[in-house]
Amino acid sequence: MKASKIHLLTEHTRHEIDHWLGKYPPEQKQSALLAALRETQHQNSGFLTTELMDAVAEYLEIPPISVYEVATFYSMLETKPCGRHHVSICTNISCALMGSDDIVAHCERKLGIKLGQSTPDGRIYLKVEEECLAACDGGPMMQVDHVYYERLTPEKVDAILDQLE
Amino acid sequence: MHDDLITIEVDGHRLQGRKGDMLIEVTDQAGVTIPRFCYHRKLSIAANCRMCLVEVERAPKPLPACSTPISEGMRVQTRSPKALAAQRSTMEFLLINHPLDCPICDQGGECELQDVAMGYGEGVGQYSEAKRVVKDKDIGSLIATDMTRCIHCTRCVRFGEEIAGLKELGVVGRSDHMEIGTYIAKSVSSELSGNVIDLCPVGALTSKPARYTYRAWELVQQPHVATQDAFGSNLYLHTRENKIMRAVPRDNELINETWLSDRDRFAYTGLFAEDRLTQPQIKREGQWQVVDWDTALAEVAQSVQALVQEQGANALGGLISPDASLEELYLFQKLIRGLGSNNVDHRLRQIDFSADAGDPVMPWFGMDIADLSKLNAVVLIGAMVREEIPLFGHRLRQAALKGRAKIHLVHPYEQALTFNATQWLSGAQAGMLDVLIVLARAAGVLLPETLVESAPVDALMIDRIRADLKKGTRRAIFLGHLAQNDANFGAIRYLATQIAKATDSALGVLPQGANQSGAWLAGAVPHRLPGGLPAVGSGANASLLLAEPKPALLLYGIEPEFDSSAGMAVLNRLKASECVVCFTAHASAHQREYANILLPIGTAVESAGTWVNGEGRWQPQRGIVRSFADSRPGWKVLRVLGTLLDLSGFDYLDAAQIRNDIQAQCAHINLSNLSDVLGAITRSDVRADAWTRIAPIAVYGINGIVRRAEPLQMTELAMKQNHCLVSPIDAQSQGWEAGDCLLITQSGQPQSLPIKIEEGVPAGSLLIYVGVATAGLPAEGGTVEVVREAVAC
Repeated sequence: MKASKIHLLTEHTRHEIDHWLGKYPPEQKQSALLAALRETQHQNSGFLTTELMDAVAEYLEIPPISVYEVATFYSMLETKPCGRHHVSICTNISCALMGSDDIVAHCERKLGIKLGQSTPDGRIYLKVEEECLAACDGGPMMQVDHVYYERLTPEKVDAILDQLE
Repeated sequence: MHDDLITIEVDGHRLQGRKGDMLIEVTDQAGVTIPRFCYHRKLSIAANCRMCLVEVERAPKPLPACSTPISEGMRVQTRSPKALAAQRSTMEFLLINHPLDCPICDQGGECELQDVAMGYGEGVGQYSEAKRVVKDKDIGSLIATDMTRCIHCTRCVRFGEEIAGLKELGVVGRSDHMEIGTYIAKSVSSELSGNVIDLCPVGALTSKPARYTYRAWELVQQPHVATQDAFGSNLYLHTRENKIMRAVPRDNELINETWLSDRDRFAYTGLFAEDRLTQPQIKREGQWQVVDWDTALAEVAQSVQALVQEQGANALGGLISPDASLEELYLFQKLIRGLGSNNVDHRLRQIDFSADAGDPVMPWFGMDIADLSKLNAVVLIGAMVREEIPLFGHRLRQAALKGRAKIHLVHPYEQALTFNATQWLSGAQAGMLDVLIVLARAAGVLLPETLVESAPVDALMIDRIRADLKKGTRRAIFLGHLAQNDANFGAIRYLATQIAKATDSALGVLPQGANQSGAWLAGAVPHRLPGGLPAVGSGANASLLLAEPKPALLLYGIEPEFDSSAGMAVLNRLKASECVVCFTAHASAHQREYANILLPIGTAVESAGTWVNGEGRWQPQRGIVRSFADSRPGWKVLRVLGTLLDLSGFDYLDAAQIRNDIQAQCAHINLSNLSDVLGAITRSDVRADAWTRIAPIAVYGINGIVRRAEPLQMTELAMKQNHCLVSPIDAQSQGWEAGDCLLITQSGQPQSLPIKIEEGVPAGSLLIYVGVATAGLPAEGGTVEVVREAVAC
């Protein structure tokens, strides 16, 4: 048996997980996994480590592999170090028709990185191949952290990215 | 009664099934072939491979047969153009990323993907882009991985979660990045892990020890039983050119269902180890000489006869393995008894013989194996649930899961279980007696005055066990190996008997060795003849024979230094014996030191024999490979020896005759584990400040064959049991870290062992298994002294 890793979760994170656990039957703690991972990722400036996932597994009393499965499945959960602001540009059909390729190209040029990479200063992470974010009427669009920005132009993108700390 | 029967029509034939049955269950029963990969009758339904698509009338699209419940009047086409087209398309998709490496794949020739592709696929695929490649994982010494071949059926994942109860493999990533794996580098540690090899429909998970050593079509499949534990799992041994290439389970719903424990599956790798004995040998003036059988047997007969004539029949003794076949056990005791001695035993690890008078005809589970999973309340005393008899643990897990059985464990340390059970610490090894005394009293049993607990017992434990032993109709108390090898076994069994009677529960015993039940039936104990009849005159039990070996000593299929409670201390005593004859498959360096004559006998796979499992089922087997080198089946050696010694009743022509002979003597036996004989009480001085060693038997150290099975020895489980396991509390207070070296001294014998910190070990105790790596210490629990050594082990 390994030493407990629960202490890796901050008090705030544990408090948030408890809040979600309260919504499910006590024998179905796994139901709170997605929320728990979201909080844990937030605590660790945008990505999960194996240690943190183990801590979540221990906290929810489920096998660690069940946490790895979920963490690697969902695109909003990162399991490798990345920049602290997650920028997802929709490239699905509606946005593509409205010119999302140009927006991607502009971002890549501006930041000097490709999709799937982070800026060297750890400020921005350009997420890879984002699927439809259900804002087709406002395409091209992107999501920065938890906020949607619609009807993008290169100028608008510049303003949004420049204000990220 | 028949209200829930539903009639459907499949390919124009009327079939009947029960309400709630899935279509594939009904068609499988009727012998209608529907291709599938992810469906397995023992696992949950995933419906993710889509191979079993069939056309159902009025359904707009083809439906997966594995997850479509039948309904009255349903009309199904499994071979209609629509069904075939769906199956063909699925097959094409599955093959997109599957490598065309069948010629170098171990699964080639017995591959479900190959077979189904032949039957349902197209000759040519339309896909011409790059195939994906998945990096292989190292998941231990038993299972080889080729994950590029994986088709993501998730049978292995579901097996871990649902059957083994230990989810170690999972689905990592998504879509075309999806992989089956452990995510972090790690070995799988389940004692049932090898079953994923059979479950895997492709060559992604194959047997590592058997890898690249055969092609499936070269193998001959021969039925046999597993001879590593008393479950008697049915298996097939696959042989080629008289060699065993691998073992796979043989379905038997009443015993092992469709599973095998890793120990049973991979034990074959130890059969033909390097020190396998090829010819009879005699030690003359300290030198081993190879001789022919006639010379060797004449020498044995002469030496034994001379010693018996000189010193009387009591100068002869014999110890035999409880893994030996019924026929061998029977002839062995017959030989010794024929010479006038009762000094014969197989109970090599038992130390308390004071209640021998109360022994039943044979120890057994107390019920059929199939009934184990139907129990409502279970109390296990000193049983290593996952290690002693792995599939026994699996059956209890079913009881816990499906029947919500209340299971209590009274054990010296907390075990890592795969199901819900309440674990109570009995304190050090002697604590089991105290728990049973208090429990019996609470159950209203009037106890003799001598039976008083030596220390207070957790009242909550007694209340909870008492309460649960009133639940349901099927209740059982089981005595595990630690209870049977306890210094107070007699009293423990007596108390368990009284509690079982008072609570209307069954009393079960987990036999030690593959054929311990058979050993009793065959009369391989000093005080009982075949069929359980009392022996005339007394004889020395195993403990006495090991403490003071007789001048003429026959050792059959055992290495007493590892197989008995005496441990290494027995070596010097054996050397003092005038004539030690080893009937053995392997000849170790130790044996060459203490033996005078080595007789090479065949293992279970080389000779005909019968094994009686823990539910009392007789399973006669025939030898499936020819005898190794110049070795002979053990029963034939004993037969010739009996004849040479002028004993009557050794003129058997085949093993079946011997079996019939034993069967006739066992015609009127009554099976029961109950014993009203209390036996002697031994209270050891427990010093509160001293370290106590808990000494269970290492799961892969139980017999000479398993000890020689290298793949098993390299598993995480075996490695763990080579350590001194300490509690996290002690580790912290003593400043011990994992990997540190401890010098342990028990009864004056020192040994250094590396530390492993293990949750579940009680503070103040050290969990040191009895096995080869720990053989420097006595093979029993007790008080030990501990010093941390400066250098790491």
